[in-house]
Amino acid sequence: MYSYSEFDEGYVRERVRKFRSQVERRIDGSLTEDEFKPLRLMNGLYLQLHAYMLRVAIPYGTINPAQMRQLADIADKWDKGYGHFTTRQNIQFNWPKLKDVPDMLDALADVGMHAIQTSGNCIRNVTADHFAGAAADEIEDPRPTAELLRQWSTDHPEFTFLPRKFKVAITGSPNDRAVTKAHDIGLRMVRNEAGEPGYEVIVGGGLGRTPMVGKVVREFLPKIDLLPYLEAILQVYNLSGRRDNKYKARIKILVHETGLDEIKTRIEAAFEAQKKHFRGPEPSLVAAIEAAFSQPELDPPVMSISLDTPVRDPLLESWIDTNVSEHKVPGAAIVTVSLKPIGGTPGDATSDQMRVLADLAERYSHNELRVSHEQNIILPHVYRADLPAIHAALREAGMATANVGLISDIIACPGMDYCALATARSIPIAQEISQRFEDIRVQKDIGPLKIKISGCINACGHHHVGHIGILGLDKAGVESYQLTLGGDGTQTATIGTRTGPGFAADEIIPAVERLIDAYLGLRESRDETFLEAYRRVGMEPFKAALYSEAKAHAA
Amino acid sequence: MSIIVTDTGFAADDWADAGAIVSLDEALEAGLPQSNARLGLDLPNDADIDQIRGLLDRVSLVRIAFPSFADGRGFSLARRLREIGFAGRVRAAGHVIPDQYAFARRSGFDEIEISDEAGSRQTEDQWIAHAGWAQSSYQDQLGRAHHPAA
Repeated sequence: MYSYSEFDEGYVRERVRKFRSQVERRIDGSLTEDEFKPLRLMNGLYLQLHAYMLRVAIPYGTINPAQMRQLADIADKWDKGYGHFTTRQNIQFNWPKLKDVPDMLDALADVGMHAIQTSGNCIRNVTADHFAGAAADEIEDPRPTAELLRQWSTDHPEFTFLPRKFKVAITGSPNDRAVTKAHDIGLRMVRNEAGEPGYEVIVGGGLGRTPMVGKVVREFLPKIDLLPYLEAILQVYNLSGRRDNKYKARIKILVHETGLDEIKTRIEAAFEAQKKHFRGPEPSLVAAIEAAFSQPELDPPVMSISLDTPVRDPLLESWIDTNVSEHKVPGAAIVTVSLKPIGGTPGDATSDQMRVLADLAERYSHNELRVSHEQNIILPHVYRADLPAIHAALREAGMATANVGLISDIIACPGMDYCALATARSIPIAQEISQRFEDIRVQKDIGPLKIKISGCINACGHHHVGHIGILGLDKAGVESYQLTLGGDGTQTATIGTRTGPGFAADEIIPAVERLIDAYLGLRESRDETFLEAYRRVGMEPFKAALYSEAKAHAA
Repeated sequence: MSIIVTDTGFAADDWADAGAIVSLDEALEAGLPQSNARLGLDLPNDADIDQIRGLLDRVSLVRIAFPSFADGRGFSLARRLREIGFAGRVRAAGHVIPDQYAFARRSGFDEIEISDEAGSRQTEDQWIAHAGWAQSSYQDQLGRAHHPAA
């Protein structure tokens, strides 16, 4: 994987020095609080409900064992011994002290990490398919492009004070695991008729209070044109995106209000101008980035686990069934380590667990780990023959939950337990749902199901694209949970539809149970997933299950 | 009075004696004054660069307003000016903070105009700390010209 060049190293050190100076100048009054705020945000530092929160970038979700161990050490030294992996493939520390933050940033720089542009109205940390470079269905590894975008967007002179935050996601597979259609810019790696590699460019997707599925502005953009084309999109946005209302400032609103054709015309005009002033990177720089992501040499032993091996541990079998995915190299596999234990906080890992993950990556996964936007950890390059040993080690560390893709593999934002913006709790709802459906056999019978929970309208928990979405609101001081059905974050992206009135905190779990019961009753076979069933029958049977029973219950 | 910030630090405004600065509205309504004196043009940050192309031949300074440091439109305006070949002076005026100096220079600005009050809070040394803006940046490495007209 990519390791820092001399330039990167010098850059992050200088950046830490600058942040120290900014903290000092805030304290001596040279910077007002208003002026300091965006500067601290662009270094990942938030002021939350109870404390500061430091959001550390894990660019495109790729991380090595040394970095994971350093995160564990930071959690022990400056936080409460754990960290929270997020839907943006980052990690958040929830309890740092302001005075410690420059030292934490230095400790990150020691292992080639930083917290740059994980917040603020700038181009945020780029996200990518968490199976990149390993997935069997991949056209091309998106990470060399993602790294190029990291470099291009870092400290960009023109685009660091945008109308609002700006998120870019990229996938190299036709099966979209990076939610590219719900980002300000989504990139899908495609090939044209001549077989040349390029990108489909999607603009104006996003969740939040005005969810929108992104629209294609270019069906095929040659690889060489990517940076000037993105400059063009950003310039159009920077100059004409709304700045009068923070809730209408994302590019999705600009695209919506301006119209797709007009936006395309403006982007193409700006692109013609940008191309002239963009000589492009030296081929040697591009080659070095590509080489950094070359696939590790995989030489799986011939003897691998076959499905008819007689002596099998049912727990292992169940885990392989849900948590192991097909690798592009036969005999190799991709392991998803669930950070969703029954009753746990989605995405949390203790420092000890982080160290176990680092050890496993070193021993079995060619020194690589990934963080998924679904808040799990990936071991991308393991041999099938090692799966029993990996499973045993994970069991010992409390990370062998066999629930990936099932009802208890829930995305949840931090909600009112941590977040200053939240209007309701999300973590306890996720915990209760997983406890209610604790039995893994029940979960498997229910089948693939994505529940996503946000504790406010900003939708960090991606509820709009959950098969079942749960949005926590504040109704006159009381938590109220609104349900949406039919959301989808993949290549067939769809915004979920509201079922109707919301449910109180003590009613939402029974409501979810009624939805599941309704699905189990109406599905055509075990092969028809919740989402497929919903698409076939529509909202009405689910609505009936939700509300007629609620009325009957109340009566 | 105001302070002009360049790579060498603070200086008085030398333009004040050298020529007039007309507002965009005036220039669009009445045309530029017919005189041989050097002319400057004031641009609000919602201006359309294409609309002023015809004026630029006669103008040797363009001053772009920064009503708030958080409003980054000025950076793109300066970039656009350079893209269409404007080779005169480009000045950012208003609320710009030292931490943005390198961004301004790399977007095509030559100088920043700040108030005396701002200069007493954010002192010369804090600006000079960013005078090394021309050292390599990520965008330079990726082949993005930081001064297209040059």
